[in-house]
Amino acid sequence: MKVTLTVNGQSVIEDIEPRTLLVQLLRDRLQLTGTHVGCDTSQCGACVVHVDGRAIKSCTALAVSCEGTKVITIEGIGTEDHLHPMQEAFREHHALQCGYCTPGMIMSSIDIVNRKGHKLDEHTIREELEGNICRCTGYHKIVKAVGAGAAAMAKSSA
Amino acid sequence: MYSFDYQRPPTIEEAATALASSPDAKVLAGGQTLLPTMKQRLARPSVLIDLGGIAGLQSISRKDGMLVIGAMVTHHAVANSQEVKSAIPHLADVAENIGDPQVRNRGTIGGSLANNDPAADYPAAALALGATFKTSQRTLSAEDFFQGLFTTALKENEILTEIHFPIPKRFGYARFSNPASRFALAGVAVAETAAGVRVAVTGAGADGVFRVPAMEAALSKSFAVSAIAGIAIDVKLLGSDIHAGADYRAQLIKVMARDAVTMAAS
Ligand SMILES: Cc1cc2nc3c(=O)[nH]c(=O)nc-3n(C[C@H](O)[C@H](O)[C@H](O)COP(=O)(O)OP(=O)(O)OC[C@H]3O[C@@H](n4cnc5c(N)ncnc54)[C@H](O)[C@@H]3O)c2cc1C
Ligand code: FES
Ligand code: FES
Repeated sequence: MKVTLTVNGQSVIEDIEPRTLLVQLLRDRLQLTGTHVGCDTSQCGACVVHVDGRAIKSCTALAVSCEGTKVITIEGIGTEDHLHPMQEAFREHHALQCGYCTPGMIMSSIDIVNRKGHKLDEHTIREELEGNICRCTGYHKIVKAVGAGAAAMAKSSA
Repeated sequence: MYSFDYQRPPTIEEAATALASSPDAKVLAGGQTLLPTMKQRLARPSVLIDLGGIAGLQSISRKDGMLVIGAMVTHHAVANSQEVKSAIPHLADVAENIGDPQVRNRGTIGGSLANNDPAADYPAAALALGATFKTSQRTLSAEDFFQGLFTTALKENEILTEIHFPIPKRFGYARFSNPASRFALAGVAVAETAAGVRVAVTGAGADGVFRVPAMEAALSKSFAVSAIAGIAIDVKLLGSDIHAGADYRAQLIKVMARDAVTMAAS
């Protein structure tokens, strides 16, 4: 079945089986392997991407259901030379160890800023990261990074 | 996941026809329950009828003293709707506390009610408020709609289209969450509408969501925490599992009922 969508600003047309998950389309067809699969059961958030501006778990969405949408993945937010302010904040605050959860964490964090603004208190960040699991860091540095990244996003968009 | 055919019809009528014309066809809403179930091969639909293309199922409005929510309205949309916040503010809170932000962006009110998970939040709210369920074929009361664990009155070829909530004098919902899954170990919804006071419990019932007549009678006389203080819950009605025993759930229901009444009264 044919599916047409925009991924990181590029128009994509693929012929896929209806059972293809969005994350499979991204990773296996488009080789956008920054989006990870941690659990495949909608728990961990390693697979979070933005569809039409909203964070979703791409392991729990059919690619065909995303027909006509605009998808943004971790590859679409910055470049190696110019990291997105949230990526920069994760690096600066050492908010990752193995890095497996990081793409999903960053996509969720940008979504939090889009919904809740640039001034985020610790409680809000922890509540809003409920759908993202990290097995390494113990979260403290992630929470710090999200707060700093949120503030940096205000400056960079100003 | 087994393979299946996929359709995305633009109208309810076409969706209903498609559903009726293939055996083992299933409706897809947000997919937050159905897709995990299919991955585990616990469901094997031949065709998925995606309701995501039907614009008419995505609106929230106020009609004749009712708050009308389309089946495909996401938890995120309910949580952030001015219409919901002004009509039944704590119903927006119910939606805001379901799952996580990503689940709320896709999961729908219709999917949650049609699934009738015994630990889901919306069934308690809908039963306490005395909601009416509009389907592609008929109108059902909340009592008739919920039929036990993961079971509703919906027929195989029937689509839930709208939920009509009476606008209450007051409404509150309190949940004690399983610390790991965050699903309710006990959640209690309390509502006072023109039809009277109703109390509904989720997460704890051996047979799914249920009402508590003794608490309803007591709160009808006096809508205060003190009115229900002495009311015990029959443990025979309750489920026991590795997460909580029936006796513990009985105690949780009392405490959550107290919190829900406090919330509703404030
Ligand atoms: C990580 C996680 C955490 C969660 N936490 C909570 C929580 O705290 N509280 C809570 O209440 N829920 C929770 N949920 C469940 C969530 O709310 C689901 O979104 C919901 O139960 C199903 O809605 P859906 O739109 O995704 O439906 P789907 O998964 O698409 O469908 C569910 C079932 O309903 C049927 N169906 C769907 N729509 C209709 C319709 N209009 N007419 C007829 N049949 C229909 C489908 O055929 C299917 O059988 C959680 C889910 C996840 C993955
Ligand atoms: S891989 Fe999607 S939530 Fe874990
Ligand atoms: S850094 Fe390893 S899982 Fe988060």
